[in-house]
Amino acid sequence: MGGGILQQAAKRLAQSVPVLFGVILVNFLLMQSAPGDLADVLAGEQGAATPEMMLELRARFGLDQPLWVQFMHYLGNVLSGDLGYSHRLSVPVLDLILERLPASLLLMVPALILAAGSGMLLGGLAARKAGSWVDGVISVGVLLAYATPLFWAGLMGIVLFAVHLQWLPVGGMRDPSADLSGLPLVLDTLRHMVLPVCTLALFHAALYARLMRASLLSSLQQDYVRTARAKGLSPWQVEAVHAGRNALLPVLTMIGLQAGTLVGGGILVETVFSWPGLGRLAFDALLRRDLNLLLGIVLVSSVTVIAMNFITDLLYGIADPRVRAL
Amino acid sequence: MTGQVRAQPAPRRGGTLTAIVQPEPTNLVSALTAGAPTGVVSPNVFDGLFTYDWDMNPRPSLAERWEVAPDGLAITFHLRPGVTWHDGKPFTSADVKYSLENVWKKIHPRGRGTFANVETVETPDATTAILRLTKPSPVILGAMNSYEAQILPRHIYEGTDPLSNPANLAPIGTGPFRFKEWVRGEHIILERNPDYWDEGKPYLDRIVFRIVPDAAARAALLETGQAQYAPYSPVPLSDVARLRDMPNLAVETRGYEWISPWLFLEFNLRKPELADVRVRRAIAHAVNRDIIAKTVWHGFGTPAVSPVPSTVTRFHNPDVPKYPFDVKKAEQLLDEAGFKRGAGGMRFALTHDFLPYGEDYRRTGEYVRQALRRVGIDLTLRSQDTPSYLRRVFADYEFDISSSWASTFGDPQIGVQRFYWSKTISKGTPWTNASGYSTPAMDGVIDAAQSVADPAERVRLFKEMQRIAQEDLPSLPLIEMKFFTVHSKKLHNVAMGPDAVYSSLKHLWLEG
Repeated sequence: MGGGILQQAAKRLAQSVPVLFGVILVNFLLMQSAPGDLADVLAGEQGAATPEMMLELRARFGLDQPLWVQFMHYLGNVLSGDLGYSHRLSVPVLDLILERLPASLLLMVPALILAAGSGMLLGGLAARKAGSWVDGVISVGVLLAYATPLFWAGLMGIVLFAVHLQWLPVGGMRDPSADLSGLPLVLDTLRHMVLPVCTLALFHAALYARLMRASLLSSLQQDYVRTARAKGLSPWQVEAVHAGRNALLPVLTMIGLQAGTLVGGGILVETVFSWPGLGRLAFDALLRRDLNLLLGIVLVSSVTVIAMNFITDLLYGIADPRVRAL
Repeated sequence: MTGQVRAQPAPRRGGTLTAIVQPEPTNLVSALTAGAPTGVVSPNVFDGLFTYDWDMNPRPSLAERWEVAPDGLAITFHLRPGVTWHDGKPFTSADVKYSLENVWKKIHPRGRGTFANVETVETPDATTAILRLTKPSPVILGAMNSYEAQILPRHIYEGTDPLSNPANLAPIGTGPFRFKEWVRGEHIILERNPDYWDEGKPYLDRIVFRIVPDAAARAALLETGQAQYAPYSPVPLSDVARLRDMPNLAVETRGYEWISPWLFLEFNLRKPELADVRVRRAIAHAVNRDIIAKTVWHGFGTPAVSPVPSTVTRFHNPDVPKYPFDVKKAEQLLDEAGFKRGAGGMRFALTHDFLPYGEDYRRTGEYVRQALRRVGIDLTLRSQDTPSYLRRVFADYEFDISSSWASTFGDPQIGVQRFYWSKTISKGTPWTNASGYSTPAMDGVIDAAQSVADPAERVRLFKEMQRIAQEDLPSLPLIEMKFFTVHSKKLHNVAMGPDAVYSSLKHLWLEG
């Protein structure tokens, strides 16, 4: 078992190479199959164009090259660590992604923690009191949260807390009209985070709550729980430590899956709250046929998914020693 | 439209204006990027040689005076002395020469046409720039504001590839505001230029342009006073009435006269049904432009008479063939064209590719479908994203009827002729003649108008162009669109000229 983690990591790394290649190839081809290219988009945005301009733009972007040349060129760049250049925004793709990454993390990580924490708590509570009115209230609430469209929940949050009560800002990540730094900047950013983080957490929390309830309920019926109870352990020890730890596995899987979407998962919330995250950047790149930018984001996103899956696997081992033997 | 000046208190100096720009600009130099969002921000940083008064007459900006040679082959600009760039370097005629010869004429999508006849720019001294022309080009005098012909600093751009110059993202101009920062996805901040040549201006200390992708969030920002200025129709038409009724907000439709946008249906004349002018006229009679203006566009438009909107007062021709709403007449024309009603009461089927710029264009399409079904044309709507639309309509010509809007830019030579001239049939080039319309009569008029020196004759030719356009109807003007700006009532001087939306905000001031 010694060096197991390193071995596993090396194996994963080797596996991820063909995956990443596939991701690049499929996305490259998908973008090619969409009608129109970046030159069309730029001419469209400018509201005017001439034939010479179209030729110049395509030559500048390399779009006049055969498809396979474009692909090999891109692949070569990626292998040398260069994600290319966004011709529409005149900025290297890596810079754009790094600019937006902190905002994405600032939104997704707290939302995920909040969602997982409250979801597990509520789900656990509902499972313990299964069939009682507490369970009923939680289940209905969870169902409502799950069924509410994200953008709608966000907009209602804005209408209530930002427009009517005016407790919170409408959107953005900070107040740009004030030059803030230090603690005031942190507090201002926190104020701006409340609505988007809660909106995003609402949906995910519902998911975790349902999962946790079902999972804990089935755990509580296991033989070992009866044994533990028979041993005279306190209800807390039985439910939280023995059953809870087992019930955590499916939830952990879900967290791992969702953490993989950290990079681009918040498009709707980012849009509604003018949040400068990667999801919006990716969406714009797609609509604007900004091939380099989109491929760059997809690539970074794939790496995140692979890394998160790896971390999840490691955590399995901690939550469930049986997995470690595998 | 004339500029009535309301009795107003004296302007107050100071304050931060929070404005909304949507979508996010790609760069901050209008001389290189003709997009609307760039045009909202960029003219604050750069100046043009002129500004325009309400009658679209030039007014001095970086040029104090100008003369046009009697033969029309030279235009002399006398430049304002003592103007400096934001980095302290002096502004001279060399900057004008560089901007025209290397940027407007070579890179700008409309400048390529507007300045095509400029052979060279002579700079006998630092404050004189003489444009030498191969043919008279009166069109130039209408295109010299800080949006359409922006003066760039030669010392920053010379010897570089202008399109990838880093200054495009952190511009250095001569304008009333200096660039401070751009946090992508969040905001652009400009600060007052204390050394601005126009003494006392600007009034504002700072402008924050916020990037707000969601329309409901834009409305909320305006409602709560967290933003005070939002140009270019920032909220859905269905939301305007609510905002207009709010005590702290105003809706301004002036300031868009220079762009004078109009909405039109373009017919693909390569399709056998649409090749028949009687069918196109029948469609014109079948569509009630009043309903489109009043209902579909919530009153933010007036029925169009010709492809040159009436707000372009100098060139608009009201005496053109008209097609009043008349279902009977439409049916009669379709019968005459030989398209009788067949099975299911329909004569033939067409597809409508509406402009994918939002709900208003879809609703326009839905109305047109309803109107055409009534006269026996089975219209199907097709939705797609913008690049697909551009490809389909302007490259593949695989459309029947498309909808589109375009700006006039004060002069039909810049904004209108591109849809009617056979020389602008150019497969693969967006916003050109996609209908395939080409007639000797129309080409003759447009050809003649390109290099006529006499302004009156030029106006006559473009009026004739409108007459032929409305007779042949390769495209059907639907409405003259009214774009609008939503702003706080505490903000004054929002619309100071016909090109206010693409001008600097140096006249604007905020109540304390």
